[in-house]
Amino acid sequence: MAKQYETVIGLEVHVELATKTKIFCGCSTAFGGAPNTHTCPVCTGMPGSLPVLNKQVVEYAVAVGLATNCDITQYCKFDRKNYFYPDNPQNYQISQLYLPICRNGHVDIETENGSKSVGIHEIHMEEDAGKLIHDDWEDCSLVDYNRSGVPLIEIVSEPDMRSAEEVIAYLEKLRMIVQYLGASDCKLNEGSMRADVNLSVREVGAKEFGTRTEMKNLNSFRSITRAIEGERERQIDLLESGKQVIQETRRWDDAKESSYAMRSKEDAQDYRYFPDPDLVPVYISDEWIEDIRNNQPEFREAKMARYKEEFDIPEYDIGIITDSKHMADIFEETTAICKQPKKVSNWLMGETLRLLKEKSMDPEDIVFSPENLAKLIALVDSKAINTNVAKEVFEVMFEKDVDPEAYVEEKGLKTVNDEGALRKTIEEVIAANPQSVEDYRNGKDKAIGFLVGQTMKAMKGKADPGMVNQILKELL
Amino acid sequence: MDILSYTAVGLAAAIKEGKTTAVEAMQAVLQKIEETEKTINAYVTIDKEAALQKAAEVQKRIEAGELTGPLAGVPVAIKDNMCTEGVLTTCSSKILENFIPTFSAEAVLNLEKAGAVMIGKTNMDEFAMGSTTETSAFGVTRNPWNTEHVPGGSSGGSAAAVAASECFFALGSDTGGSIRQPASFCGVVGLKPTYGTVSRYGLIAYGSSLDQIGPLTKDVTDCATVMEIIASHDKKDSTSVERKDTDFTSALVEDVKGMKIGIPRDYFGEGLDTEVKEAVLAAARALEEKGAIVEEFDLSLVEYAIPTYYTIAAAEASSNLERFDGIKYGYRTPEYEGLHNMYKKTRSEGFGAEVKRRIMLGSFVLSSGYYDAYYLKALRVKAMIRKAFDEAFAKYDIILGPVAPTTAPKLGESLSDPLKMYLGDIYTISVNLAGLPGISVPCGKDSKGLPIGLQMIADSFEEKKLIRAAYTFERGRA
Repeated sequence: MAKQYETVIGLEVHVELATKTKIFCGCSTAFGGAPNTHTCPVCTGMPGSLPVLNKQVVEYAVAVGLATNCDITQYCKFDRKNYFYPDNPQNYQISQLYLPICRNGHVDIETENGSKSVGIHEIHMEEDAGKLIHDDWEDCSLVDYNRSGVPLIEIVSEPDMRSAEEVIAYLEKLRMIVQYLGASDCKLNEGSMRADVNLSVREVGAKEFGTRTEMKNLNSFRSITRAIEGERERQIDLLESGKQVIQETRRWDDAKESSYAMRSKEDAQDYRYFPDPDLVPVYISDEWIEDIRNNQPEFREAKMARYKEEFDIPEYDIGIITDSKHMADIFEETTAICKQPKKVSNWLMGETLRLLKEKSMDPEDIVFSPENLAKLIALVDSKAINTNVAKEVFEVMFEKDVDPEAYVEEKGLKTVNDEGALRKTIEEVIAANPQSVEDYRNGKDKAIGFLVGQTMKAMKGKADPGMVNQILKELL
Repeated sequence: MDILSYTAVGLAAAIKEGKTTAVEAMQAVLQKIEETEKTINAYVTIDKEAALQKAAEVQKRIEAGELTGPLAGVPVAIKDNMCTEGVLTTCSSKILENFIPTFSAEAVLNLEKAGAVMIGKTNMDEFAMGSTTETSAFGVTRNPWNTEHVPGGSSGGSAAAVAASECFFALGSDTGGSIRQPASFCGVVGLKPTYGTVSRYGLIAYGSSLDQIGPLTKDVTDCATVMEIIASHDKKDSTSVERKDTDFTSALVEDVKGMKIGIPRDYFGEGLDTEVKEAVLAAARALEEKGAIVEEFDLSLVEYAIPTYYTIAAAEASSNLERFDGIKYGYRTPEYEGLHNMYKKTRSEGFGAEVKRRIMLGSFVLSSGYYDAYYLKALRVKAMIRKAFDEAFAKYDIILGPVAPTTAPKLGESLSDPLKMYLGDIYTISVNLAGLPGISVPCGKDSKGLPIGLQMIADSFEEKKLIRAAYTFERGRA
């Protein structure tokens, strides 16, 4: 009988923190920007420059640590990780090895197999590296240090996960926590959240872990799932054919949907970690921790429970809306203005989701403001515009957050409430479509829909469909 | 009066009184440099025109009453490991032979604000690694008292420039004695401040936890005055300390009555030259005659200072010097194949032997498997040394001893035996390990006519005690 294998997975997740300035200097962390414009002597490793810690990084790290049930290391230090690479301007990365800021945490995840707790070994703070760009034309490499010194936290899990499904649930959970804290936008595709997967297999029932590999370059949940499945199979194949798994770092190739070995344990570098003498130890007082704890936001579970209590909207909608802190904020703020949770929810669940999907955007990218959404809802309520016009206006709002009142005014989209004009148009429509009129009179109720459509077309959409229907029936 | 014989403070006063000008002073210094620099080689870089132009600007501001400080218009020499905006900063290394910083070190800015005028950048042991200024990639500096001898190091260029009147005062840096020892060898005053007193921003790091910038001056008054100007709390340096007691000139008082001075027996044992010993003990007696209470005591742990220092300093240096890789600035080997080869050739060609030795030593003590045995143990010994000083300072205001076991050795004598050279740091090194202030004051000459230095050490933040004792001693000799 074939052996049964169990997959053992641990994750190292890097999250780029949403601070305005870098971790050790005052440069902007904004994404993009012409190469080497968000730089200074500190983040380009100029001789004589010295790092000064950005306190906001500590606050975010503690906030994430508290939300993931970690112990906070109240006396923590930064260490230098020494390795030579051109994207690393000092040739050492300032990180934490000996006294990371958070330890011994856990998060609870839900999968089809029920709930489970995934341990968090530690969370540490560190600086990001620059970016190397290879210029094939000139056959040279260029370095952009804009990202150098952008703050990161690395969340290291225990090897507690057993399937891709659990891994995704864990990542979703982390993403949710970090986004709710406003500590990062957590975009895998832009690299503000990056996950390295440590995976080994062992026979079911075995007590010892198998030899693990580390998989890098996973830029989406899909590639994470594929990589886990692929690596599990690769390792099982090796074992089944009597070979051994080699401890190594592998790189996932998304296009080929396979991985290749980058370096084995034998070429593993000695990073010669030691405490950075340029930085003083960070002391995190009880008061500081309490302050951060008291400022923690309402997390998703609490929010869902409260929505269920407060708003008469379907549980499914609640799930979708609270899946993004930004979307939930828009929902709450719009509802606070217009007091119509159901209608707000409908706009989010319908048009918003449709457009997000169409434009392959994340809910975090939504730009329209709650004020403008509330105004749009009011315009429909007052019958100033009809639903179709509202959808048209919403698309523009979705693009660039225009004020719907001004836009409707400017474009002349207000519903025509002049009954005389409408009656005249309908009369023309009836005259032009004798066949449909006849069909209707012969009991084909559907024909009236066509006539309504023709009228709306003639009115350039600016009529109240209810009124059109009423007048049509009257005239027929 | 010959302009060059002014002290820094004396010169500034003379300029203020209109007896001379900043430009005249700069011209005099440049003239002197013209005459002596060929033999002394105290400088790596001098920009005469910029110096004269700057002096003229400062003179105008003095006349306009904008600059009134005690160093306004005074020509100063800066050790070449402090960044100076737009001016070559080499650390006396080939690897930085073409490096021009985009900003100036905080200490240099503080001097500029006070109206001191930079003459140029002084020679040093490469990256401050050495005790003789012979490891410089740009030639040795010679001791003005006897040009067959070294000026000491690593701030040898700064000390020699002061001694040879090639400047009115200079800045040096001290990681294990690099201000005090050359001051002693060149017969000038040198002070290493309490760690954190002078910003390290812009100082190209050697051993970050030990490095401090300090003055090399003609006398104690200049020393206190320069300290008052360069000491500042700098938010750009996380290890910078906010001090309210930096009015160092207030300690220029000729009075040591009741001051308790401890003489560590451990500093007077084997290896100490008899003439140095006699001169230092005579200095102690001189202070005793002025009313100080002098006692011998056992400091302990002295023999551990050198291995501890070379472990910690080399470890930090091995990491600090990683950024010199040929990628972003400085020297890059002309021919290479691929990245790894470029790194290897650039660093092999760019660094000198002593720097390579310390990088290797430092990399070794930090490597996995040795970290605990060497680096961590060294940190523990460092803490014990600090404790031994704490106990001593519970009893004494000042610890007094020699700066170095001998006077300046002849050129070429030290580098052949690096271990012996390292042992020469025995009296200065523990001061850096404990973060304490230490001063070197001239206390005589040996039979060859070479200067001998007296070292005094105080508890953290007690520079004023040092200044008071040094001032009293200096006045007694005058």
